[in-house]
Amino acid sequence: MEFKPRIVAFLCNWCSYTGADLAGTSRMQYKANVRAIRVMCSGRIEPTFVLRSFIKGADGVLICGCHPGDCHYQEGNYRCLRRFLLLQKYIKQMGIGTERLKLEWISASEGKQFAELVNSFSETITKMGPCKIKDTMAVLT
Amino acid sequence: MEGSKPKLKLAVYWAAACGGCCVSVLDVHEKLFDVVAAADLVFWPIALDTKYKDVEEMPDQHIDLTLFNGAIRNSENEHMAKLLRKKSKILVAYGSCSHLGGIPGLANFSNREDLFNRVYSECESVDNPGKVRPLPEYKVKEGTLKIPEFFNDVRSLAQVVDVDYSIPGCPPQTERLLEVFNAIVSGAELPPKGSVIGAGTKTQCDDCTRKKSENKKIKKFYRPWEIKDDGVTCFMEQGVLCMGPATRSGCGYRCIKGNAPCRGCYGPPDGVTDPGAKMMSAIASIIDEKDPEEISRVLEDVVDPAGLFYRFSLPVSLIRRKLV
Repeated sequence: MEFKPRIVAFLCNWCSYTGADLAGTSRMQYKANVRAIRVMCSGRIEPTFVLRSFIKGADGVLICGCHPGDCHYQEGNYRCLRRFLLLQKYIKQMGIGTERLKLEWISASEGKQFAELVNSFSETITKMGPCKIKDTMAVLT
Repeated sequence: MEGSKPKLKLAVYWAAACGGCCVSVLDVHEKLFDVVAAADLVFWPIALDTKYKDVEEMPDQHIDLTLFNGAIRNSENEHMAKLLRKKSKILVAYGSCSHLGGIPGLANFSNREDLFNRVYSECESVDNPGKVRPLPEYKVKEGTLKIPEFFNDVRSLAQVVDVDYSIPGCPPQTERLLEVFNAIVSGAELPPKGSVIGAGTKTQCDDCTRKKSENKKIKKFYRPWEIKDDGVTCFMEQGVLCMGPATRSGCGYRCIKGNAPCRGCYGPPDGVTDPGAKMMSAIASIIDEKDPEEISRVLEDVVDPAGLFYRFSLPVSLIRRKLV
């Protein structure tokens, strides 16, 4: 059976979710294996959210926020960037490929870029195959 | 003891532990007389000559209170955890290893095969030309020798059996143990099952008296020996990683009082499942850089985030072992 990755996307309310919405209203076609979760700001995304996504079976996690300098709350996306860079170090140590966690800036007008991003990320994850985290966690002896 | 209450039956057991928890029980010093006045120690391998079969012969629920310290590393630990659960009315996960997995839990960065390779083959001081490995069973002419089976995973006590309470700490503060013990002896109403007792509910930072300002801005992280600590200012504000923001209070911030940053042995405060993730969140908030390259440069000083943030809690964290 063909592997269809499960991707969780955290999108900030002000830019990226609106951007994704634009992709939809413009009737752009993109891969359907993304599950979008709207948060008020990319700075709201705690590392716990990302780790829990992987535990619950996500093969990839995508975080999108406003471009640097454009954050509705001024600094939220910078916090997100720092958390992301630290999380990458951590998940690498835990044996999860760093490619499985991606951060991109998507503005409210970048519907096309969002569609392309989803397609390319989905392709990367499909090539990598399923994340083995669920199997590893299941063994407790 | 005519007319008085029957004495409590108390047991202390160590699984995968260093022995420090048992010593923390001994640290009650002369109060030990009060303890033995109120309780009979029925099983305590470090101090008494009692055998496993003595415990096996006890009726179920015979022991009133068992302090179980140490993580579950092998089949012997697991057997004793299940046995003591059956024989005890109250089973307490005592100390970080039992509560969170503790230092032995760091073995979850590896697995049995890798550990055996390192210990019995690769280690510089090992001379093992026959490549001898421990086997759970070995036949000799006198019969079959058995040793406990070594597991791939280290687990906390609650991941193996039902636990009534947890007392955190590496080791737990003896005063807090006495408080808990006195509460049980006096018959006071006990907290709901599953509670963490003998500790606070908030974080270390809520207790810590070091000077803190709102304006935490870090451009470089230092190892404790790289700076001259002024003894007054918050460690984080001086650029030293301190686990205080994601660690439960209750120890009296002793490490910090001793001018060493908190290591996180009391585990996460109430309502937090994953202390390391909270710590990553906190640290990322105080780095004063906006450029990805500059941020990465600052983060280079956090050499081993997984080992640092999950030093005591890897087996109970969200990603409880390295993927293999």
